[in-house]
This record gives sequence, C-alpha cells and structure tokens, in this order.
Amino acid sequence: MSRVRVLVGTKKGAFILTSDGARRQWRIEGPHFGGWVVMHVQGAATNPDRLYAAPWTDWHGQVVQRSDDGGRTWEPVGNEFAYVGEPGTHQWYDGTPHPWDFKRVWHLQPSPSDADTVFAGVEDAALFRSTDGGRTWNEVEALRQHSTGRTWQPGAGGMCLHTILIDPGDEDRMYVAISAAGVFRTDDGGASWAVATGGLRSEFLPEPEAPVGHCIHKLAMHPSRSDTVFMQKHWDVCRSDDAGANWTEVSGNLPSDFGFPIVVHPQEPETIYVVPILSDSEHYPPEGKLQVYRSRTGGGEWEALTRGLPQGDCFQNVLRDALTVDAMDPCGLYMGTTGGTLFASADEGDSWRPIAEHLPRILSVEAQTIP
Amino acid sequence: MITVRVELPAHLQRLAGVSREVSVTVGDHATLADVLDALEAEHPVLKGTVREHGAEGRRAYVRLFAEGHDLSHDPPDTPLPGRVMTGEEPLRVVGAIAGG
Repeated sequence: MSRVRVLVGTKKGAFILTSDGARRQWRIEGPHFGGWVVMHVQGAATNPDRLYAAPWTDWHGQVVQRSDDGGRTWEPVGNEFAYVGEPGTHQWYDGTPHPWDFKRVWHLQPSPSDADTVFAGVEDAALFRSTDGGRTWNEVEALRQHSTGRTWQPGAGGMCLHTILIDPGDEDRMYVAISAAGVFRTDDGGASWAVATGGLRSEFLPEPEAPVGHCIHKLAMHPSRSDTVFMQKHWDVCRSDDAGANWTEVSGNLPSDFGFPIVVHPQEPETIYVVPILSDSEHYPPEGKLQVYRSRTGGGEWEALTRGLPQGDCFQNVLRDALTVDAMDPCGLYMGTTGGTLFASADEGDSWRPIAEHLPRILSVEAQTIP
Repeated sequence: MITVRVELPAHLQRLAGVSREVSVTVGDHATLADVLDALEAEHPVLKGTVREHGAEGRRAYVRLFAEGHDLSHDPPDTPLPGRVMTGEEPLRVVGAIAGG
C-alpha cells in the first residue's frame, strides 16, 4: 500500500508527517532547521526521498538544504543566487525605480523527470535553475529580462516568483507567476517568455486589463492538461483553456473570490479547490468560518466543505502554498493555517481533521504519495 | 600563522554543525576579513551567511564584537584586536536583536 509524506514549511522550521495509505495515524518529525523561516519543502517526482528545502533568516540570508533519505538527514547545498549581468531596476510600490536585489527563495520545483534538476522562484522576482542537485544555481535570465521587467512591482509580500508549473509531457513548457507582475509562459525551456494574462481584469490597476501588474496569488494545472490553468488572483478565481492567452472568471457562487491557494484534484482535471478569504484588507475567512470550496465543474459552481473545520471564531489565513493534494484514490487534501494547524482530509475534502496543531505559522504544505 | 577563536550565533552553529566556538588559522597580521575568509574556507556552508556572496562587508543584521567594542562598522582590512590575536578572547559574530 502506498504511503503519504507531508512536507510542512513554517516560520520556525520544517516538519514532516508520514502515514500509510489509510491516512488515519500520522507521525510527525521536526522541527528541521529550527528557528529558520522555511518557505517551502518539495520532493522530486522521480525520487521521492530527494527533498529540497529553502530556509532563510533575516540575519543569515538564504540556505538551500537537500535530503536523500526522505528528510531524516539534510545537507546544505548551494546558496548563491546571482542575477545575470547588471540587474537594473524594477518599480517600487510608489512607482519609482528600485534596484533588483535577491532576498529569498519562495518556491522550489524539481523537474518531473530528473531529481537533480530543480527550479527556484525567488524574490526579487527571478527564476533560477540547478542541474546538479542544488549545488549551483543559474538564472533563467530571459524571464527577468522580459521587455516588461522594468515595470514589475511588488505585491504586499514582496516581489516574489511563487509558482512554477512544469508540463510533465513537455518540460520546455512552464508557467510562472509573480506577485504583482502576472503570469509568464515559456514553450522553449525558458529561452523566451510570453505574457499569459489575456482577459484578466484587476480593478486596482490604472488600466484594469493591462498585460502586466496583476497580483496572481497562485496557479494550478492538472499534469495531463497543460493548456488548462486555474488561477486564484488577488480578487477573482479564473481559468484559461488556451495556455493563458484568454482567462475567464469562474468565481461563481463563492462567498468571496479573494484567497490565496488553488489546487486541482489529481484524478479529476475539472475538480478544483480554493479557500475563500474575506478581503484583501481582512486576511481571514468570512464570518470566522474556515471553509474549503470545491468545484467539480472547473469553476462556476462551488460547494462548501465544512465538516471538521472550525465554523466559528476562526481568523486564520491559508497562504498560497499551504493547500495541496496527494495522489491517492480517493485523494487527500492538506491545508496549513497561519495559526499553525495542519488539517487533512482523506476523502477528497468531504471531511477534515487536524493532524498537527500548535505548529508555528504554516507557510507551505506539500504531499508526496510514495509507492 | 596564528590560531584565533570565533564565536558563532546559534543559527550558524547548527548550520555548520559546530559548537559555539570554532578556531581558524590566519596570518600573523590578520584582519577582520582574513578571519571571515578563513572561517568560510573551513566551513564553506557559512558562505553567504555572515557576508553576502562576493561582498567584503557583513550582512546587515550580523554584527562583530571583540574586546568589548563594536567592530561592525570597521573596514574589512582592520587589524584584529590584540586579545583576539593572542587567543585570549574570540571574535564574536552576533545576530542583531531583530525579528520575531
């Protein structure tokens, strides 16, 4: 029977939970890198015992840690993220030019076919690639050098590249999302990038339908359908069925279309999940009720999933990388809150229960299904 | 050559897998930068964590102290204080009181 391993990044270290396929009993290990801010921990598809983690602190900057035994032991690898050439400036919050400056890694995404190839999305927004298991990092510079790069502005959390989607059928195709620049797609392995925000509308922009400036919170894609991408935007849940050329809003009957994460069911490409949050100025659930919403129609029609989740006086947020699915059937979901609770569902979201409580603020959650 | 002591903050002790103090060997007329060079050579995992990659200066939230003095703003080519030279006390690498 398959096993499941859940990788949790928190404000004060990483935690790893493991269970058999029934997903009833969980064993928790950690903290790893205690005291470090662990933005993300991610496993390699081709070798689930190969894990990458991205701890940092304000004091000591970025470190990348690698494990080859499923997180029991870790080895620091390369932490030099140097922009290619003279990086120049992007725009600051007030529209003035601001020097490009590496701050931290937000997201790590190993290649679907090679555990030693891994991408890092960083702040200030750029994409880096390692082909030696994280020992050395090289910028995929065509992204940052895109003709619009000088106009990119940070979102409230910083100018972060937080989403990297790789098409497992054609790894030359990737999507990245940057807050608050937008979505970019490459079909040639990163040599060139196209803006992929057609049809998006953001009312806070001077030009609401401008190609660049949208605050994308998260993208999700089913691995079998790389033309279809789902988006949780600063406001609006959207989908595109033509690789980002045109987006349509599918917020439908959601109680709020503001939120951070979005994920796709592993077996059903039209089943998606979001976590509505009250507003951009009130980062907590509507009415103090933590509810996951599921659409089995690819958006538009949504049902609230509430069983086992706090339905009163809950004012915790779920950050953009803190909701994920495993690959079991029925699939499991895992959701970490800013209050340090990790909720799990073993029945596609129908019911939930906490499998870890009182952790530090949860920044990211990933699930590995291990044969 | 002389051996000098360097005291590290908790995060870096754990990262490098060392105890609170490490020793490094430097030339007889060593500077602050020489000690940090030697520290990074002995413990490559500390590259980028005390000084930025490719920079001589300390990271903004890292401070350097010895003999009761704050050396954080001294140039990298500042000679080591005498009691650090003689091994009577360590060069202290300290994380600023910041964060939460």
